[in-house]
Amino acid sequence: MQGPVGLLALQGDFALHAQLLADVGVDTVEVRCADDLTGVSGLLLPGGESTTIAMGIERENLKKPIRDLAAAGIPIFGTCAGMVLMSSSHLGLIDMEVERNAFGRQIHSFEADLDIEGLDGAGVRGLFIRAPIVASVGPAVSVLAEIDGSIVGVKQGNCTAISFHPELVGDPRLHLQALGRAGVPSGESGT
Amino acid sequence: MMSMHDESTFRVKVGLAEMLSGGVIMDVIDAEQAKIAEEAGACAVMALERVPSDIRRDGGVARMSDPLMIREIQATVSIPVMAKARIGHFAEAQILESLEVDFIDESEVLTPADEAHHIDKWAFKSPFVCGATNLGEALRRVGEGASMIRSKGEAGTGDIVEAVRHLRTIFGEIRRLGTLDEMELAVAAKNLQAPADLVRQVAKEGRLPVPLFCAGGIATPADASLVMQLGAQAVFVGSGIFKSSDPAPRARAIVEATTNFRDAAKVCAASEGLGAAMNSIETSKLPEGELLSQRGW
Repeated sequence: MQGPVGLLALQGDFALHAQLLADVGVDTVEVRCADDLTGVSGLLLPGGESTTIAMGIERENLKKPIRDLAAAGIPIFGTCAGMVLMSSSHLGLIDMEVERNAFGRQIHSFEADLDIEGLDGAGVRGLFIRAPIVASVGPAVSVLAEIDGSIVGVKQGNCTAISFHPELVGDPRLHLQALGRAGVPSGESGT
Repeated sequence: MMSMHDESTFRVKVGLAEMLSGGVIMDVIDAEQAKIAEEAGACAVMALERVPSDIRRDGGVARMSDPLMIREIQATVSIPVMAKARIGHFAEAQILESLEVDFIDESEVLTPADEAHHIDKWAFKSPFVCGATNLGEALRRVGEGASMIRSKGEAGTGDIVEAVRHLRTIFGEIRRLGTLDEMELAVAAKNLQAPADLVRQVAKEGRLPVPLFCAGGIATPADASLVMQLGAQAVFVGSGIFKSSDPAPRARAIVEATTNFRDAAKVCAASEGLGAAMNSIETSKLPEGELLSQRGW
């Protein structure tokens, strides 16, 4: 029996991810402390304020258990603040440095069409909200998406991070690509 | 070739409100307080010259803050910075937009500048938050372009009763719309004095078209837990933090209680030994003319 996908629920738009994943038959569970991680088959780090969420990770002693999940090969997907948290300066799940609020304050937030490496179908409408970019990556990291020469999507092994918000446009394809079969109840065929 | 960027679309504005979910937005009056708020885990700060309890005490006309103070706060913290404009005072809002504040609060806490018209928020690239005491008021603000609604409560009192009343009213009215047929919805829109298309949308989706946060009267971790359990998506804390006896621990405690709002043991632990809450006022003892929540229409 496969467990649900954990949604880090310390702060941010985790409820929108829960809705998006529920719509495609993926079970989720909100994660606020280490016990909540028991049995999860994937983990999603949502958008929000990375300083707030980072303090919550510290307060709840979640750093080691999350790193252990990554080391065990559990798929982990971060968006926006989640991308910041997966970088070398925080959880160290992806060998990268990120620049926070790289496009400026909210008035410069925007949407644009993106092509995603390895994604079937049309491109993705990317909503960039006080978004970070990836400033540098290590050799093990592959780039999934760029906008105007800036890296906005990366993957290293079982860890994927993007700086935009498919959950705000109701597009689950990147979630399914990043999380694989995680959270899909066993016994369902799911093609 | 540069890609096509569509800046400040409505869903980009609402998107920032969604990112603040589950967080605490704290009123601060200078860069030092802003730093304390950020280090306590605030997801945003509201820059203003006087917190509501001081505005209430001092009287007079309360206006937009000094742009210099807002700039200093922007230079100090990396989290979003919000600031308040008077109801209907679109020139103050234009100034705040030029300062690139991340959210403009068209706020009843300041003295209204227009007794009939709220700001046309569609005309701005900056997102707006507005207060509401009921569903009709909330949908009028959304119709004017607000990307976030906060229940008004009664700012500067430390009394949670009005926030509870406004949240229960809004959610009760949303639930009631869900039981109505098409003909009844047309009448409901008339009675709510709200745009009919928004009324139909709320009836169908069972929620406001934009995030609903709670403000006005939150003074303790338990207050935050209460309004989150009532359905607020996040909380604004005005005077409740920096008018308490020991702001930093109280700020951290309210952040922790907002995250763990359903976990009574954690809210309990967060509530221990915080010292005195702000000096509070029982709202029902206030004369009608002093109620900030009745400003706006």
